[in-house]
Amino acid sequence: MFSIARNTALRQARTQLRPSQFTSVPHLSALARLLSSLAVLEQRNGTLNTSSLAAVVAAQKLGGPVTAFVAGKAGKALAEQAAKVKGVDKIIYVENEAYERGLPENYAPLLAENIKKGEFTHVLAGNSAFGKNVLPRVAALLDSQMVSDIIEVKSEDTFVRPIYAGNAILTVQSTDAIKLITVRGTAFNGGEPEGGSAEVTEGVDPKAESVSEWLSEDLAKSDRPDLATASRVVSGGRGLKSKEGFDSLMQPLADALGAAIGASRAAVDSGFADNSLQVGQTGKNVAPQLYLSVGISGAIQHLAGMKDSKVIAAIDKDPDAPIFQIADVGLVGDLTKIVPELTEKLKKA
Amino acid sequence: MSTQLKILVPIKRVIDYAIKPRVNKANTAIETAGVKHSMNPFDELSIEEAVRLRERASKDKSAPPVADILAFSAGPAKAVDVLRTALAMGADRAMHVQVEEASPLEPLGVAKVLAKVARDEGANLVLLGKQAIDGDAGQTGQMLAGLLGWGQVTQAAKVEIAADGVVEVVREVDGGVERVRTHLPAVVTADLRLNEPRYASLPNIMKAKKKPLVKKTLEEMGIDVSARLKTVRVEEPPARKGGGKVEDVDGFIGKLKELGAI
Repeated sequence: MFSIARNTALRQARTQLRPSQFTSVPHLSALARLLSSLAVLEQRNGTLNTSSLAAVVAAQKLGGPVTAFVAGKAGKALAEQAAKVKGVDKIIYVENEAYERGLPENYAPLLAENIKKGEFTHVLAGNSAFGKNVLPRVAALLDSQMVSDIIEVKSEDTFVRPIYAGNAILTVQSTDAIKLITVRGTAFNGGEPEGGSAEVTEGVDPKAESVSEWLSEDLAKSDRPDLATASRVVSGGRGLKSKEGFDSLMQPLADALGAAIGASRAAVDSGFADNSLQVGQTGKNVAPQLYLSVGISGAIQHLAGMKDSKVIAAIDKDPDAPIFQIADVGLVGDLTKIVPELTEKLKKA
Repeated sequence: MSTQLKILVPIKRVIDYAIKPRVNKANTAIETAGVKHSMNPFDELSIEEAVRLRERASKDKSAPPVADILAFSAGPAKAVDVLRTALAMGADRAMHVQVEEASPLEPLGVAKVLAKVARDEGANLVLLGKQAIDGDAGQTGQMLAGLLGWGQVTQAAKVEIAADGVVEVVREVDGGVERVRTHLPAVVTADLRLNEPRYASLPNIMKAKKKPLVKKTLEEMGIDVSARLKTVRVEEPPARKGGGKVEDVDGFIGKLKELGAI
């Protein structure tokens, strides 16, 4: 009984003493002083991937200083590119070919070491194939519960993210000391690759071995705008009936609008379009100015990837297709007639 | 000496993918009572891949034989139903850790439990889905690989394992695919195009009832899985109102211009 009472008294004394040491420092500014963010930037063959600047945009919303991180074969040159990114105070770079392909087995320990050394409170990366692959592994190494695919920063510990294929919006508060976050690119755009002048420093390289090695890649080649960042997207579905139908109708339409091409899962599974074009819960998230869907019924999983588009337009033969419930403008009819007519008239318009 | 595969397949019971989830009145969670649940679709792909690895080995001597397929789930009592489905699809045995529906584990907690199970059971391959369709976090496989220090390949569209334990995976990335080589033990997460899961046949459903299913508790596993995230609020997304239909292409273009889209 006595020892419990004593412990309680001690604890009380301690908690009462502690704030008294800091009474001159207002609580909020103390917080801002401690907060510091690391934005992980992606690169490809020595060039910064500007879509990963979403991590910088989100980091700025947190309020503290923003450090950017780059690693790869051309580490130093990358750092010089990153130094110009607007809103970044400092760059940490690591030059080592081992990190060129972002293999999680060595990239995760690399990040973890640099996070610990820099005492960052927030680590942000884009919710891209790279960010999704590497960041959770870093989180496990740091014993932190990561927050995936956020669409809004409410405060330094509270974030908003879609769950259930975007059918619900979750506001979540993290209690972890280091917050690891991936950000949805379409929700944090406006990153500027020019206009900044950050200080460049070399990071630590733990030189962890990777048990995996990168062998090769096969990327769909396209002269069209990138699907994830395009301002206009035309997307085709099962209603296009064949790969020939898809290509012959969608490509001229995309050209007429200067749009990227997307596809529904049904179109991808039927071999009409490449996997990398899939829009939806398990494919890409897009939020263009115009999303024009052609022959897509509008399943929950597809809507998850495009319902934040500014204007949604839909063409389908089925007047009861769910896509019409959310489309700003809909047209019912035969795709093989409507799409070529639309393409021609758009060219003249 | 040839490697034998001991495969751990973690599965999650989620609200069926075809159901539109509803937010509860208190804005604290999704309404789950009386709602149809099924196995997370990506986890069906994992089970299917494990069973196919076994079938491949029976035909092809250069593939490593599959010694064990253990289906695992941490969830409410009803998660046993999805474990039985996994057994009916071809898993050898199942393990269930009971977790209250009101306080589900976070990905880090699941990864910690799985790391223990993988070690205790001597697994050398963990096949997971790339994400669960409820939380949409997509973290568990990567966290598990990090905790175990194993190789990881996420978003797999094709998996080949050689007798010497070399694993080659085609994975889906932004803009296409890439090919990565790793070694057992490894963690692989399944993407949609990995395979087409089979339906469990009635005789196999009957047989699955006799397959072993072990129950464990979080307490006896001795792992701290306390939650790190607090749910502040769950809301319906802002509703989008359709703008109606037009009669012809001219009307369509006119409306797009009016909306400032072209």
